Amino acid sequence: MYLTVESLTCTYGTRAVLNGLDLRVNRGEWLAVVGPNGSGKSTLVRAISRALKPASGRILLNGREISRLSARDLARQMAVVAQDTTVGFDFTVEEIVMLGRLPYLSKLRGETERDRAAVRRALLATGTDQLARRSVTQLSGGERQRVMIARALAQEPSLLILDEPTAHLDISHQVEILDLCRRLNRQEGLTVLAVLHDLNLAAQYADRILLMKDGCRYAEGPPGDLLTEANILGVYGSRVKVIRHPVEGTPHVILLSRESQGAGTHLPQASGSAGWDD
Amino acid sequence: MRGIRGQRVLLIAALTLILVLLLAAGIGSVRIPPSDLVGILLTRIGVSLEPTWSETAPVILWDIRFPRVIMAMLVGMALSVAGGAYQGLFRNPLADPYVLGASSGAALGGALAIAFIDRIRLPLAGVWKLGPVPLFAFLGGLAAVTIVYNLASVGGRVPLVGLLLAGVAVGSLATSIVSLILYFTNSQARDAIVFWMMGGLGGANWWKVGWMLPYLVLGLAVLVYYGRELNAFLLGEEPARTMGVEVEVLKRVILVAGALLTAASVAFAGAIGFVGLIVPHLVRMLVGPDHRFLLPASALVGAVVLVVADTLARSLLGATEIPVGLVMAVIGGPFFLWILRRHLKPD
Repeated sequence: MYLTVESLTCTYGTRAVLNGLDLRVNRGEWLAVVGPNGSGKSTLVRAISRALKPASGRILLNGREISRLSARDLARQMAVVAQDTTVGFDFTVEEIVMLGRLPYLSKLRGETERDRAAVRRALLATGTDQLARRSVTQLSGGERQRVMIARALAQEPSLLILDEPTAHLDISHQVEILDLCRRLNRQEGLTVLAVLHDLNLAAQYADRILLMKDGCRYAEGPPGDLLTEANILGVYGSRVKVIRHPVEGTPHVILLSRESQGAGTHLPQASGSAGWDD
Repeated sequence: MRGIRGQRVLLIAALTLILVLLLAAGIGSVRIPPSDLVGILLTRIGVSLEPTWSETAPVILWDIRFPRVIMAMLVGMALSVAGGAYQGLFRNPLADPYVLGASSGAALGGALAIAFIDRIRLPLAGVWKLGPVPLFAFLGGLAAVTIVYNLASVGGRVPLVGLLLAGVAVGSLATSIVSLILYFTNSQARDAIVFWMMGGLGGANWWKVGWMLPYLVLGLAVLVYYGRELNAFLLGEEPARTMGVEVEVLKRVILVAGALLTAASVAFAGAIGFVGLIVPHLVRMLVGPDHRFLLPASALVGAVVLVVADTLARSLLGATEIPVGLVMAVIGGPFFLWILRRHLKPD
C-alpha cells in the first residue's frame, strides 16, 4: 500500500466537493481517476498536493500523514504535473527542469554534480534533451508538457500525479505523453495517479480505474470490469456502446448521439464486444 | 551559459555604476574634473598629492555631492530590486514597488507630518537625527502594506489577486486623504507637500544614507537568498508548492522585504516612479528571468539609472533643481511605452 486516502471530505464554502472518499494506490501501479466535470477529480489532486486543506479525513503517503510533512519532504516523494503550465517568463528548458531539484538544493549552495546528473536523466527519459537550451516560451503544447514531466522526474519522486496531462494536446501528443508515462511506470517503477478526461485513454493505460460521481467513489476496478455501459450511464447519464479495442483488447467507449441513443441503433460490433455489456 | 552571461552583465553594470558615480559627483554648480576628483579621493585615503583643486572642492564633494549620489544609488537599487521581486511574485511584468499602496501610504504619512508636526523635533539625538517627515512617510508606507496584507488574507492564505485589489483600494483611500489635507492646510504646507510628493533627493546627507543602507542590504540579501524559490513561483503558485516551496512563507518574506525597501526609499526620496517598473524589465531582457541574477543586476542598473536621472534633475536648469521624480516620469514614461511596443510586436 502506498498512497491511502481515508474518508476525505473537502468543501468550498458550504458545498462538499469530496464526500468521504476512500482511495488506495499500490506501489508501482497506475490508477486513473475518471468522472464527469464537478465530480471532484481535480479537488482530489489539489488535496493530495496540499493546495487545499481537507475538511476531514486523512491522506497517507507511505503510512505518513502528508499534512505532517514539510513541502520539501513531500516534493521528494511526490511530483505533480498539471493540465497546462504556461510559463510567461523566458526560462530555458534546462532551467525549468533544474527547478525540479529545488527540494534537494540548499539555498546557499549551487547545484551539485548529483543535481546535474538527475536533470540529464530527466531530459533523456522524456526526450527533451534536444530542447535543453530552447526557451520554454517557444515550445509547442506537447513539448512543454514533456518538459513539465522532465521537471517532475528531476524531483526523483516515487509517486507521479498527473492532472489531465493531455487536456490541451492533439491526439499524437496525447499518446506520446501517456506512452512516456507508461514507460516510466513500467521501467522505472514510478507509481502513477492520473486524472483523465478520456475514458478510452484511461482504459488503455491504467491498471485500475476509480470512477467518481458527486465527490464519492461510484465504482473501482480494472478497466475491463469497470467501463460498462451501465456504469457510464449511472455516472455520466448518457447511453454509450462499449466495444473491445481491436488492437489492445481494452474496453472502448463509443459515444452515441441523442438520436441514436433513443433509436437504439445497432452498431457493428467487434467480436466479443458483448462481453463488455451488462 | 546564462550564468556566464549574467555574471558578465553584473560586472559591466558594476563598472558602469562606479564610473557614473564619479562623473555625477563632479557635475554641479562647481565643476570638479575627474582628475581632481580622483586626486581628492586618493588624498582622503592617505596618499599625499599636490592639490590642483580649490580648498572648497573636497568639502563640496564630501558634504554634498557624495551623500547625494550615494543616496540616489541606494534608492535606485531599492526600488529596482523591490520592483523585480514583486513582478516575480505576482507573475506580472506590470507590477512595481507601489502596487501594494506603499507610495500612497507614505505620501499620507509625509503629508500628515508636513501639515501638522513639522515644527516638532523628534527626540532622536546624535547620529540618528532625522526630521519627522521621513519617519512618518516610512511608517505610512508600512502601515498601508500591512493593511493591504490583512485585508487580502483569508484563513491563513493570501491570494495574490486579493492583494492587488486591496492595494489599489487602500492606495486610493490614502491618496484621497492626502487630497483632503492639501485642501484644508495652509498654502505653505501645501507647497511643501506637493513638492515632497514629486520625489527628490535634495537634502541628502550621510545620516540619511546611514538610515537607508541597512534596509537595502537586508532586503537585497533576503530576496536573493529566496531567488531560486521565486523562480519556481513563476511556474504558478500550486506547481511551486508541489516542488517543495512553502508558498505562504515565501509570499510573506517577499512582501515584507519589498515593503521595507520601498518604504525606506519613499521616506527619503518621495515616490519616484518608473525606476522599479522599467529597470527589472530591461534587465530581464539582458540576463533572463533567474532572480539570482535578475535582482542583483537590477540593483546595479537601477542605481545607474537613478544617479543619472538625479544628475540631470540638478544640472539641466542650472541652479534650479527639478524633482527627480519628474525627470524619471518624463524620460521613463516614453521609454516604457517604447519597451511595451517592442514587446507587443511579434518577432
